[in-house]
Amino acid sequence: MNGSNTLMKKRKRPLDTVLLAAVYISASLSVILLLGIIGYVFVKGIGTVNWKFLTSVTSALNQTAGIAGNLVNTLYIIVITLLIATPLGVGSAIYLNEYAKPGRIVSIIEFTTETLSGIPSIIFGLFGMVFFGESLGLGYSLLTGSFTLTIMVLPLITRNTQEALRTVPDSYRSGALGMGSTKWHMIRTILLPSSMSGIVTGIILALGRIVGESAALLFTAGSDYKLPRFGSDFAANVERLFTKTTESGGTLTIELYLQMQKGQYETAFGIGCVLVVIVLILNLLTKLAAKKLRPV
Amino acid sequence: MEKSKISVKNLNLHYGENHALKDVSMEIKDHAITAFIGPSGCGKSTFLKCLNRMNDLVDNVRIEGQVLLDGEDIYDKRVDTTLLRKKVGMVFQQPNPFPMSIYDNVAYGPRLHGIKQKSKLDDIVENALRGAAIFDEVKDRLRKSALGLSGGQQQRLCIARALAVEPEVLLMDEPTSALDPISTLKIEELMESLKKKYTVAIVTHNMQQAARVSDDTAFFLVGEVVEFNSTQNIFSRPKDKRTEDYITGRFG
Repeated sequence: MNGSNTLMKKRKRPLDTVLLAAVYISASLSVILLLGIIGYVFVKGIGTVNWKFLTSVTSALNQTAGIAGNLVNTLYIIVITLLIATPLGVGSAIYLNEYAKPGRIVSIIEFTTETLSGIPSIIFGLFGMVFFGESLGLGYSLLTGSFTLTIMVLPLITRNTQEALRTVPDSYRSGALGMGSTKWHMIRTILLPSSMSGIVTGIILALGRIVGESAALLFTAGSDYKLPRFGSDFAANVERLFTKTTESGGTLTIELYLQMQKGQYETAFGIGCVLVVIVLILNLLTKLAAKKLRPV
Repeated sequence: MEKSKISVKNLNLHYGENHALKDVSMEIKDHAITAFIGPSGCGKSTFLKCLNRMNDLVDNVRIEGQVLLDGEDIYDKRVDTTLLRKKVGMVFQQPNPFPMSIYDNVAYGPRLHGIKQKSKLDDIVENALRGAAIFDEVKDRLRKSALGLSGGQQQRLCIARALAVEPEVLLMDEPTSALDPISTLKIEELMESLKKKYTVAIVTHNMQQAARVSDDTAFFLVGEVVEFNSTQNIFSRPKDKRTEDYITGRFG
């Protein structure tokens, strides 16, 4: 059995080994880079972060440095933006996938949304400032900022929802319709639950962009860092909660940018830490919510 | 003469330019199984879908003629398709349970038609699962995902799902073509018991199946009904040469 017919010819294939090593190295490099950056930000910033930093407002008078106002503003922007963008994005995805007849108009809309998601954010900022800020008279305000970001993250949510809807087998649709379900009932009970993970992915990506955005916010939401002035009267406080949306407010990212400009790197790294933790928590929360909403 | 449940009169269907059903007329008997056979593309599935207006969902379809269900034209403008499809249920070629629990799958129809009471739903689900001869296999896992069932079980679950809305007619579009012989046998036995309560129409590629389970058989060829007769007559004394060629396996 030693002729040319034998199977016992195992040999090393050097090219395979090299390629395998290359793939491993690339993978570890990207992980190391990512962990390195996060680690670096933490090491540099964690010293600044304490309870006071999180709960007080920067004041020359009181000699304090804090980001409470920016935290609140960030929360405002996230909530308002997602409250508008999620139903709009999911709704348009449903329209495009389930109602519109495939054809030129749909492909034009899809092409536009795709392009929209690639546009530099400062252009959204410019548009938002001029349109929402000046034409609609909203000025520098949390609303102007949220509206601007809504336009920016809408494609993310729409595209991801569409992708998810596309993966739902047609047999589910005909199954439900065949039982006498109306189209909307079928969408609500079958399609949306089945595409929940895609919708959530879109929301997470949107969250990331909202929290990380600065260029589109600087000239729309502004940079105010004070807290809404709550008093002891409940009704007045509720009103303050709403009027705050019409006032200027800088998010954490904006504050980070301003601190960098002033050369306050410690504070900047502190804010960086807080941002990373917020994104982490929000991601986990959204994933958890998706799990709860998913059908069996 | 037995009572007919569905009378189809001069039904014509066009997909755009394609004349897919040509002047089809047929009486489908109550509490009987009617089989539609014929080669691929002959229009038998299309015809089946006309019986609960599933073709409405396809673009560019034009339908002329009448389909009378208990004397009412289902293509009348005033017909509520939700009610129609409650009366005329459908089981598809590929088992298509929804991605939810076994219980929720069966309860989908009743909930859709407004039943909310838990104890009532429980009864309906159990009865439907029994009716589809699958209750004993799934009774301990009603809350588990339906997608974990085998193909044959999934198809019987889909039958249970269709039965849960208490239809009068059950349309089955090649219900066993994706299943193994044992599951097929179970479904065929099931059909036998179903016809006591329901009127069943089945599309099948399998001529032995048509011969085994059905009372009447219609043979379709390029959009026309070549021959429609009792199954016994079709398979033992076909009148048309083309029917004979088909059932003896000379083409198709």
